[in-house]
Amino acid sequence: MVTVKDMPGILGLTDSQSLDIYYKMVLSRAASARQRVLQRMGKGSITYSGEGHEATQVGTAYALTPGHDWIFTYYRDVGVVLTIGMTARDVLMAFFARKEDISSGGRNMPSHFSHPKLRIVSEGAPVATQLPHAVGTAFAGKLRGLDEVSMVWFGDGATSKGDCHEAMNFAGVHKLPVVFVCENNQYAISVHWTKQMAVENVAVRAQGYGFPGVTVDGNDVLAVYRAAKEAVERARRGDGPTFIEAKTYRLVPHSSDDDDRRYRSSEEVEEWSEKDPIPRFQAYLEGHGLLDEKTRDELTKKAAEEVDAATEYAENAPLPDPETALRHVFAEEEVA
Amino acid sequence: MAEKNMVEAINDAMLEEMKRDPRVMLLGEDVGGGGVFRATQGLRDEFGPDRCFDTPLAESAIIGVAIGASLNGIVPIAEIQFADFIHPAMDQIVSEAARLRYRSNGGWGCPITVRAPYGSGIHGGPYHSQSIEAIYGHVPGLKVVCVATPYDAKGLLKSAIRDPDPVLFLEHKRAYRLYRQDLPDDDFTVPIGEAEVKREGSDITLITYGMMMHHSLKAAETAQDEDGASVEVIDLRTISPLDKKTVLKSVEKTGKALVVYEDNLTGGFGAEVAAIIAQEAFEFLDGPVTRVASPDVPISPYAGVLEEYLLPNPEKIAKAIRDLAAY
Repeated sequence: MVTVKDMPGILGLTDSQSLDIYYKMVLSRAASARQRVLQRMGKGSITYSGEGHEATQVGTAYALTPGHDWIFTYYRDVGVVLTIGMTARDVLMAFFARKEDISSGGRNMPSHFSHPKLRIVSEGAPVATQLPHAVGTAFAGKLRGLDEVSMVWFGDGATSKGDCHEAMNFAGVHKLPVVFVCENNQYAISVHWTKQMAVENVAVRAQGYGFPGVTVDGNDVLAVYRAAKEAVERARRGDGPTFIEAKTYRLVPHSSDDDDRRYRSSEEVEEWSEKDPIPRFQAYLEGHGLLDEKTRDELTKKAAEEVDAATEYAENAPLPDPETALRHVFAEEEVA
Repeated sequence: MAEKNMVEAINDAMLEEMKRDPRVMLLGEDVGGGGVFRATQGLRDEFGPDRCFDTPLAESAIIGVAIGASLNGIVPIAEIQFADFIHPAMDQIVSEAARLRYRSNGGWGCPITVRAPYGSGIHGGPYHSQSIEAIYGHVPGLKVVCVATPYDAKGLLKSAIRDPDPVLFLEHKRAYRLYRQDLPDDDFTVPIGEAEVKREGSDITLITYGMMMHHSLKAAETAQDEDGASVEVIDLRTISPLDKKTVLKSVEKTGKALVVYEDNLTGGFGAEVAAIIAQEAFEFLDGPVTRVASPDVPISPYAGVLEEYLLPNPEKIAKAIRDLAAY
């Protein structure tokens, strides 16, 4: 388990970048929490939350070059897409399934993100199908002599899927520039990781595919960022894939349809709440004089305002025209 | 003009498309060495191992990687060695390739061609003989082509490679070396979604595709010679999107429809064709829309006598023509 006690400066982060990371984590938390509230108010059918995963998501995504590198997320990755450049408005437009929702125009469930200009590739719901796609963009990049990196995120449950094996093997055989990020929050909905894998750290599997695997404290954003930065640099210089296992915990149920009291104790949730990545990074920044109370309050307020404005905009934005449900099955002729 | 069999025509189509467009590449199992049917013969020598790419033996990854590559400036032709082995990749084809454009509201497209030899009649047993077109023809967002002649194979494969959407390109393996046909030297394509009347007739419309098209043409000759029945044979060539217009126009003329397919009878693609005719040409019909297909057992058992017993052939089709003509 890697932990980082260095100053962010040692990781090549400027002070403002460190604060930017913090802000992305706070914004991600606020966007997730807001959607849960809105769902409870009957304003949406379902939500998936990233709460608890912020260090893992923001820390990995921050190591990439937005719009240049390839992003393959799964439904929990609000922190990834906000770090790459999607906005709270984009996230809420998907929640409300609005016409101008960049991800899908209201076709995909919320939190199934897509943003072509940012190279955030549309995600499906079958678990692990996005892993071979990330290998494919990396493969194309290598064939074309580009220096792009593909990063793909998935949960611990996904490591049981055939596509995970097939993707990692393909990437290993051909030394492709892809970074596999397993957000190991220890539960695949209700199934504990001990029923998912026979190893304590699933990152050890990378060795079997011929590339390094590293297990990091997924609630330590700097540890995550360091692992991701090394993996991205390694991929970019042509040395092949890396598997990052970030041990974390989701602080809320799997979805708004899930009751996590069925399968985990309140003591366990409480224990992990104490390891919440946001207060943890906040304490770190304060301890190193990078964040004071005033700035912290300002950032928290800024995130809340951004989510408020996004909610208001999205809630009042037009719905898709019903007859457009027939469109985009196949490519359409360009309309002049 | 040069005489080519179907597998050579397919090889030529890939060769010419890879020359025409540097983004086109081929990936699959054993494709580098020419493939088990030699469809990719010589392509690695011509274009190098990066563009004629031997993948690990993993069908889901072949399609999944092709999907990813297609998002990043590559036009992939993914070969599945036998259609029977495509099922592990069904998630990638159905849930991903076919839905990507729709679910992203047109934000992403997936220009991949998936080639697979299919069909029986070569003593392939239950796992080198399957017809899979009905399973995939049911999926919106995916185009499904079934070829059985050198000309159509070459022209349709070029169209598939140039198509902005995923195309499942099914090559009837019994037709690979069935006969040779003169092909134009110049570039040509056959449009996806257009059936062709392979034989004109006035008494019965016979709708078919794949190897059954060849059997049907033979049966039509027999029916003409022995019974004086004039059978119009339509080769669908594309299963999805289906060329309803050509089918309905012919049925309106003849008043009788016979649908012939190699797949199992129940839920085979011919069932959809029969339903369309029943619904949209009802008032022109002068007899029951009839199907000839394989019985509902796994196709095909290995022993020749078992396989022949199950599969439609010219004699069985001719009998169905006779019965329908007499109705």
